[in-house]
Amino acid sequence: MKRGIAGSMESNDALITVKESDKLSVTVKSIVYDFFHEQIEKVIYDTLAERGIGNVEVICEDKGALDYTIKARLLTALDRMEG
Amino acid sequence: MPGNNPAMLQNSDVFDCDAVIYDLEDAVSVTEKDAARTLVAQFLSAMKKQPPMEIVVRINGLDTEYWEKDLEAVVSDKIDSIMLPKAQVRYLKQLDEALSEIERKKGMKKHVAVLPIIELAASVMEIDDIVKAPRVNGVLLGAEDLSSDLEVARTKKGNEILYPRMKLAYACAAYKIDSIDTPFTDTNDNEGLADDCAFAANLGFTSKAAIHPNQVPVINSVFVPTAKNIEWALRVEEATRINAEKGLGVFSLDGKMVDKPVMERARKILVKARKYNLIQEDKQ
Repeated sequence: MKRGIAGSMESNDALITVKESDKLSVTVKSIVYDFFHEQIEKVIYDTLAERGIGNVEVICEDKGALDYTIKARLLTALDRMEG
Repeated sequence: MPGNNPAMLQNSDVFDCDAVIYDLEDAVSVTEKDAARTLVAQFLSAMKKQPPMEIVVRINGLDTEYWEKDLEAVVSDKIDSIMLPKAQVRYLKQLDEALSEIERKKGMKKHVAVLPIIELAASVMEIDDIVKAPRVNGVLLGAEDLSSDLEVARTKKGNEILYPRMKLAYACAAYKIDSIDTPFTDTNDNEGLADDCAFAANLGFTSKAAIHPNQVPVINSVFVPTAKNIEWALRVEEATRINAEKGLGVFSLDGKMVDKPVMERARKILVKARKYNLIQEDKQ
């Protein structure tokens, strides 16, 4: 199974893991989950839609990253998965 | 600013500096080049308003496999300059062509400038041509890599880089572009930094690179004109205007001759002072 990882567990960053899958699943773990999990999920879904990716497993471990950081880490993880 | 550090990127517009350099080169490990490139690109893309300082991105050298991807990712109307490490004339020509192609493809309004870094002995020997290369509006001296290329120890006194410093300051002054002195690497020695800034300023450098936010106020204190200099320059400006009306190109002020070079020195002080709003502050 192909997978890609990008980012870190440092403050203001996010560690994002993506894996090949036959369905779409997004899991968010965040230090600000109660306040921002919907926003983080939206960034992830929007980024996947921009890339035209329907089926993939995304695990986002967020340490207070801003939207552009989450998007950047997801894009890098996807690029790494695709090789 | 290391390009792969989100915490640093998001606070990069709070410093009182002329420009911020987002680094994709030495501050980024080989395994994270892709991540840094994408992070800086997304950071710039998300930037809603232009910050007060210039935006510079240091790409990887043209002798690497990364530079073309770096340019594709970061070149946009949001940036002012591309910083080119290990600059040489042949690379500057290649970079100009690549930038022109990207600007055309992206339909950009801006013409991105280039800041070459002089950090090879070969680059020092080409300075006269580097300052004349397309898009170049300033040059940075990179003494750490240069010392390494020369296989000499880098010292605080900096005797080992006196020749490139002088050559760079003269070449930039001749073509009226920014000369940016090498960073002072001891971030705990602000006294040494102030001495190093004063030395560089006396050689003719117009500015100095910082590697830590704490260095910015020290550098500014040396490179911006002092209140005394501004006051003198304003008096020269006023006296020049009055004497010009009388048809006098040379005159005396405080018992000293004021001719064209003195007027030019005063003019340059005032250009810098106005750039930093120092004259307005003095009047308040």
